[in-house]
Amino acid sequence: MSAEAVEVRRGGRASWVALGALGVVVVLLAVVVPYQVSLGTLSNLVGLFVLVILGTTWNLMAGYAGMVSIGQQAFIGIGGYGVIHLSDAVGLPLLAAVGAAAVLSGLVAWATSFLVFRLAGGYFAIGTWVVAEVLKLVTGQVDALGGGSGLSLLAFRGTDRVTRVATVYWLGLALAVLVVLAAYLLMRSRTGLGLTALRDDPTAAAGLGVPVTRAKRVVYVGSSAAVGLAGALTALTTLRVTPESVFSVQFTAAMIFVVLIGGIGTIEGPILGAVVYFLLEDRLADLGAWYLVVLGLVAVVVVLVAPRGLWGLLTRVAPIEVFPLSHRVGPRGPVRDAGLPSRT
Amino acid sequence: MDWVGAVVQGILLGGQYALLACGLSLVFGVMRIVNLAHGVLAVAAAYVVLWLTVEVSLPLLLGVVVVVPLFAALGYALQRGLLNRALRQGELSPLLVSFGIGVVLTNLLQETFSADTRSIAIGDLGTAGVSVGPLTVGVFALVTCAAGVGVIAAVQLFLARTRTGRAMRATSDDPETAQLMGIDQRHLYGLATAIAVGTVALAGAFVGMSTQFSPTYGDLVLIFAFEAVIIGGLGSLWGTLWGGLVLGVAQTVGSQLDPAYGVLAGHVVFLLVLLVRPSGLMPRTVTA
Repeated sequence: MSAEAVEVRRGGRASWVALGALGVVVVLLAVVVPYQVSLGTLSNLVGLFVLVILGTTWNLMAGYAGMVSIGQQAFIGIGGYGVIHLSDAVGLPLLAAVGAAAVLSGLVAWATSFLVFRLAGGYFAIGTWVVAEVLKLVTGQVDALGGGSGLSLLAFRGTDRVTRVATVYWLGLALAVLVVLAAYLLMRSRTGLGLTALRDDPTAAAGLGVPVTRAKRVVYVGSSAAVGLAGALTALTTLRVTPESVFSVQFTAAMIFVVLIGGIGTIEGPILGAVVYFLLEDRLADLGAWYLVVLGLVAVVVVLVAPRGLWGLLTRVAPIEVFPLSHRVGPRGPVRDAGLPSRT
Repeated sequence: MDWVGAVVQGILLGGQYALLACGLSLVFGVMRIVNLAHGVLAVAAAYVVLWLTVEVSLPLLLGVVVVVPLFAALGYALQRGLLNRALRQGELSPLLVSFGIGVVLTNLLQETFSADTRSIAIGDLGTAGVSVGPLTVGVFALVTCAAGVGVIAAVQLFLARTRTGRAMRATSDDPETAQLMGIDQRHLYGLATAIAVGTVALAGAFVGMSTQFSPTYGDLVLIFAFEAVIIGGLGSLWGTLWGGLVLGVAQTVGSQLDPAYGVLAGHVVFLLVLLVRPSGLMPRTVTA
């Protein structure tokens, strides 16, 4: 076959349909759901949006850039403390405080990256955890941040509960959509292509001129800034932060479960994982610690038996890419929608 | 004089950290993986010793003697059953599998023993002290430190002098060639993890006797062990001993400044080492 007869394609009709369906779900979440469910459920759903943000960003780091961090709770903490301090003590408007808290998270991630990037693999994981522990201990010593007893959000005082919950709900939905789109656009960019190469073979990627460290730093800083957004959302829901609550490693454990169960190394997987994790947590909360025993076992089994997670199993049956990243080569001509061939 | 006392206490505490870190250092040296369940395994051993002494009424020493081979066997089974399989999939999988094991173990302990803090009673040994000049040093702390130094020396001798130890060093240097020479990697990895989990069980027993612990205490144990390994330098057991001592002294001197600064001072020293001398104090050339 001559070169002119071949064409490289990405996406296709099935992808547009799937993306459209996801868009409909988002629109329903935005304009229908808030008027149909109770205020408590609406508030709980913010937890789902937080999980989507956490899963998407942790997957960017672990699934593409090969960085397993156990210290992302550092940025939950900075986001949570940041939004409360900036809106209450500094007096920023709420939205600006959320944005500034995310920027602050990104800055801290950038600065600490020069330390933790000296560690590889598992040691990177624990190194990030130490950074989070340091932030927790230091925060507990700062009187302006309430010391060990933490801070309560005052900005919502005088706002009625309906307005408050609805505001945080829409903000959460918007931020989750933004973060997923940003992750997708990043992965379609030049940096994203480099990251995909990095995922498949770091040495070969470096040999082909992928600026490995720079790409990793972009992902680390961007992901951590987004985790800062999730931290801000968490604080706006709970209205209270303490060093123990927001700098808890449980946040990172949740990220890992969301990504592993949903499917590491895809944009869709963590979204699916977040929904599954959210539903499971809701249903199985009464089981207490047994719930986490089961979740841990599931994680082990998934890694060993089905490393592509639920989304991987799903696409084996119905090969769809909602967010098309892979390319395929086929004869030039009208698009025949043949679904997704093997991953490139 | 308080400061000298703090340094001495720190050195003794450092022996305990070195004991905790020994297995982490060995496993990384041999197969380049980090076991995230390392800390909770130590705490699990402490609970088993507690159970054996309280419920089964075994003497304390016998309890410790039972728990070490028990955990070594558990380590071997973990490696052969799960981690070897994960290793074949790349470097991310063993990390994630050990994370899952850690979560399972922590919450099993929580369900079995509740989240309350416990400690292993050691009677008079806990308060006995010997006078060294103007200082009084706890006998139990001395025993712990001696155990740490002894175990590290023993593992080092094992690596240097025995046939299996040589095979481990060969596998560490070049797994493919070692395998061509007839070394059974799966079994060898199993043995390395058995030693690691056995030593961390001993360390856990000492932790249980010296402090209050709860199921989530394993997080802190993992972090301390990790800091000792990195401060000392990857791939060197003597380095790990030094790393433990530096961490112990940093914590006790920090506590002397202000009781709230103990753990924080240890973290800060770790970060400083990472900043100034990222290869650690006593590095062996290892490509991580």
